[in-house]
Amino acid sequence: MAIIDVKDLTKKFNGLTAVNNITFSVNKGDIFAFLGPNGAGKTTTIKILTTLLQPTSGEVLINGNSCLTDQNKVRAEFGIVFQDPSLDEELTAWENMEFHGILYSVQKDIRQKRIEESLNFVDLWDRRNDLVKKFSGGMKRRLEVARGLIHHPKLLFLDEPTIGLDPQTRHSIWEQLRKLNREEGMTIFFTTHYIEEAEKSANRVAIIDHGRIVNIGSPEELKISTDTSRLEEAFLKLTGDTIRDEAPGVADMLRTHRVMRH
Amino acid sequence: MNAVYILWLRQLKRYFRSRSRIIGSLGQPLLLLIAFGFGFGPIYQKAGEGNYIQFLAPGIISMATLFTAVFSGLEIIWDRQFGFLKETLVAPVSRWAIVIGRVLGGATVAIIQGLIVFTISLIIGFRPDNLLILPVGLVFMALIAIFFAALGTAIASSLEDMQGFQLIMNFLLMPLFFLSGALFPLSDLPSAIGVIIKINPLSYGVDGIRGALIGITHFGLGIDFVVLGMATVVIVAVGSYLFSKIQV
Repeated sequence: MAIIDVKDLTKKFNGLTAVNNITFSVNKGDIFAFLGPNGAGKTTTIKILTTLLQPTSGEVLINGNSCLTDQNKVRAEFGIVFQDPSLDEELTAWENMEFHGILYSVQKDIRQKRIEESLNFVDLWDRRNDLVKKFSGGMKRRLEVARGLIHHPKLLFLDEPTIGLDPQTRHSIWEQLRKLNREEGMTIFFTTHYIEEAEKSANRVAIIDHGRIVNIGSPEELKISTDTSRLEEAFLKLTGDTIRDEAPGVADMLRTHRVMRH
Repeated sequence: MNAVYILWLRQLKRYFRSRSRIIGSLGQPLLLLIAFGFGFGPIYQKAGEGNYIQFLAPGIISMATLFTAVFSGLEIIWDRQFGFLKETLVAPVSRWAIVIGRVLGGATVAIIQGLIVFTISLIIGFRPDNLLILPVGLVFMALIAIFFAALGTAIASSLEDMQGFQLIMNFLLMPLFFLSGALFPLSDLPSAIGVIIKINPLSYGVDGIRGALIGITHFGLGIDFVVLGMATVVIVAVGSYLFSKIQV
């Protein structure tokens, strides 16, 4: 049974094709890795799947609800940990968690319990009353992941969740994600540049490049079809080894403007 | 409902935590109140119009309310750039609830700011005419606050960054303020200016506050309330619509 069903999805920005006619589906209970070099179209696809962007053409169903017409129903189905920051830095860690819990209608007693659990799990409970702007990059990242776990969605999107984290934290985050997948049947859709994370945790992998899906299957299938012994080799074989640029995000542009003004 | 509440609460927490912003945004109204109030006071008196501080204070209270409200609406641009907007946009909450929460939060902050300026004007020498009718002034302050918080939301929803800020400031907000009767009486004006003032919703807000505080109105409290109230409903609808169309 598919929880994500994408058909002929295309997204163009001013003539530039970010996602080019992709079709794939993700089954309930899967841990699905969505891999690709920078600028391949991963984040754009996630934004469309999570109703933040409208596709140019194509169809996307999340648990049977259309991302184009039933956006409110779709939003009730998933949780997401974004690639770039999405915390309110003027609020404390605890307030950010509380805000999220209330927005997702998590009952008060469950909310308190989960906030404490999640903050403990990412080792931020002692810092819960500090403003987020005082946190280091790694602490903010941990808080974002912890926040994504408060409401236990059926489907969790993680866009490079472990970027910038040390191996210990990455390890414990993946333990927790696999546990939620096992015990609650939570479907996990994630992107990462740490290919070994996909090799270890994912049961299905899609490799996307230049806006197209170049291969999809279990890590074993991908290795067999490319005649390689590690997923990372398979990845490089499928996407080549040229280095890519990513289009600048709004935050990057903001930085440039600031520099220009001074 | 909870979503509206938590968004409202967030605006208040952010406001009370930025003391420099509270104090900073008091500078301009305070300066106008002192410079214009005492500077033009003698001329105003000679023209037979009475005490200028009495006339000016309601205008400056409106000004503090309107600017705080617009800026709280424009905060959406910062939330977009710092990423927090995405967190609210993917939540299973209708976009309308998000807008209402934000607008009410911004409006509450603006009312507080207006009340601070009201208190300062009392220290400077402003004396309200009738204490019983003060709550009516609060109603008009609330309408101004909601109108401009929604206007800020509408503008911010259609902008990607702060590049257009000067444009909005100098070609929209400043004219709205200066051509509203906040600073001068509305009788015997050149007809072109008179027309602009009549189509400026803020004129009715300033007039309403002035009517409530010192008992002098140009349009009458009833008309003030109906016109500003209708304009507020329209701009809240426009702001909500534009916000619901945001893509990140």
